[in-house]
Amino acid sequence: MFLLLPFDSLVVNLLGISITVLFTLLLVFIIVPAIFGVSFGIRKVYMKTLLKIFQWATLRIERGAKEKNHPLYKPYVNGIIAKDPTSLEEEIKEIRRSGSGKALDTPEFELSDIFYFCRKGIETIMDDEVTKRFSAEELESWNLLSRTNYNFQYISLRLTVLWGLGVLIRYCFLLPLRIALAFTGISLLVTGTTVVGYLPNGRCKEFLSKHVHLMCYRICVRALTAIITYHHRENRPRNGGICVANHTSPIDVIILASDGYYAMVGQVHGGLMGVIQRAMVKACPHVWFERSEVKDRHLVAKRLTEHVQDRSKLPILIFPEGTCINNTSVMMFKKGSFEIGATVYPVAIKYDPQFGDAFWNSSKYGMVTYLLRMMSSWAIVCSVWYLPPMTRQPEEDAVQFANRVKSAIARQGGLVDLLWDGGLKREKVKDTFKEEQQKLYSKMIVGNHEDRSRS
Amino acid sequence: SVSHSQITRLYSRFTSLDKGENGTLSREDFQRIPELAINPLGDRIINAFFPEGEDQVNFRGFMRTLAHFRPIEDNEKSKDQDGPEPLNSRSNKLHFAFRLYDLDKDDKISRDELLQVLRMMVGVNISDEQLGSIADRTIQEADQDGDSAISFAEFVKV
Repeated sequence: MFLLLPFDSLVVNLLGISITVLFTLLLVFIIVPAIFGVSFGIRKVYMKTLLKIFQWATLRIERGAKEKNHPLYKPYVNGIIAKDPTSLEEEIKEIRRSGSGKALDTPEFELSDIFYFCRKGIETIMDDEVTKRFSAEELESWNLLSRTNYNFQYISLRLTVLWGLGVLIRYCFLLPLRIALAFTGISLLVTGTTVVGYLPNGRCKEFLSKHVHLMCYRICVRALTAIITYHHRENRPRNGGICVANHTSPIDVIILASDGYYAMVGQVHGGLMGVIQRAMVKACPHVWFERSEVKDRHLVAKRLTEHVQDRSKLPILIFPEGTCINNTSVMMFKKGSFEIGATVYPVAIKYDPQFGDAFWNSSKYGMVTYLLRMMSSWAIVCSVWYLPPMTRQPEEDAVQFANRVKSAIARQGGLVDLLWDGGLKREKVKDTFKEEQQKLYSKMIVGNHEDRSRS
Repeated sequence: SVSHSQITRLYSRFTSLDKGENGTLSREDFQRIPELAINPLGDRIINAFFPEGEDQVNFRGFMRTLAHFRPIEDNEKSKDQDGPEPLNSRSNKLHFAFRLYDLDKDDKISRDELLQVLRMMVGVNISDEQLGSIADRTIQEADQDGDSAISFAEFVKV
């Protein structure tokens, strides 16, 4: 009788059983821990295994390159040029000294001064501090993703097999799993917050809202296979404060919000994002701005101040850089959030690019492509440091305060602290900077009016 | 001569500057570098890359111009400008700087050309008369054959 059963019905049965098993495993190992905030440690084991494989792969590539006598492309992480930071005056004096050896105390013009500008200009053409922050960081060793392979050569059969296996695992197993989790997370967020929104305001609503938010963010974290290490959790932001962090990608929000309950600030979007935003604001007071309101800085500042002054309201999450930077540096913080006068809780986020580069190059990839790339990398590994709270001192203004916070974040995360504006990604630099340089140089050749005693 | 790894790095720099991805750089591609855009002589330096009358520079031209200023790597940094270096390369650097002054390429820096460069370097901070007297004094000091202009040989001596 068994043999008379049609073949495809058997296949259907098997399919049904395996899907059920898969979902049960999913539930038990991923979703239930997410709800309660515990972890089985599977991701850490996965990360350690991957590290060992990468080390082996790197050795193999280096050995292969030596055998074939091919020079390896090694990205110069610190820039092509080795230079010490000196000022305009010092450098011009240096040039004059090595040239004619005339008296240097009197301000005057030398033909050789042009060398300073010449050399500076050529150096910046070869390598500058700003433009390289807007593209993904180059890795020192290959991580078995074709998107980061600079050597473009066939090294060995084993390595290619490993890479092929990696592609199979990532696209056929991990990607569908992650997409399923992402769907679950987002739909739970929307339905959960809408349901909670119907409850009357009170302690119960807040409690539920907090846990619905946390749970859904944790599911999303697992959807990206994000392995996050939190440091100094005792400094976590409190009510009535502002949390500032360096910005690398939209994923930053998910990473921070899965460990704390924040009020978000942002523009109202259409589409799926809009649905999520509208649902979230029913359960808890986030601050969403219409597009037209964003241009009006005073309005934005006013709403944020009102929110912050209400001590019962949640800490606001802000990214003062205003745009995504590639996580090798921290660029200028916009002073708006630092003028409000609340306590600032700085947070430093540093990603490990070996497992998957989280930087969103918005001029190259749209949001959907970006998310797919994230979900088809190995994992997103990052460290989050909560820094002790800072307040504005009476003698500093908003800009100095912003720079102080920025330096603290850069130091903690091991990032380069830059004064350049992240907006330079899309806009030209202001002429005032050139005028500053010109002013400095004029002082050198003319000096103060009192010194000028020539006829 | 430039080493293989330096060429590879310069090429990757070239491609990262080439936003249009057409294998050549235009003046806008250079001006997108903020630190170059704030350099008072930025425009002149950019011009030095482009051959006469052209608006695009390819990788070969890019590298040729940069080869005058070979990247200073750690082991070379200790070398002084007057150290044991081939005369060829120091002379090239001087020539590059001379050409930044000498716009009409007549191998002389006239008072006007000097004034133009001075004006670029100081912006609006110095008056015309003061700048004029600085230019006059510089030419007086450097000019040796009495033609009220600075030739390359006189420039080298300064």
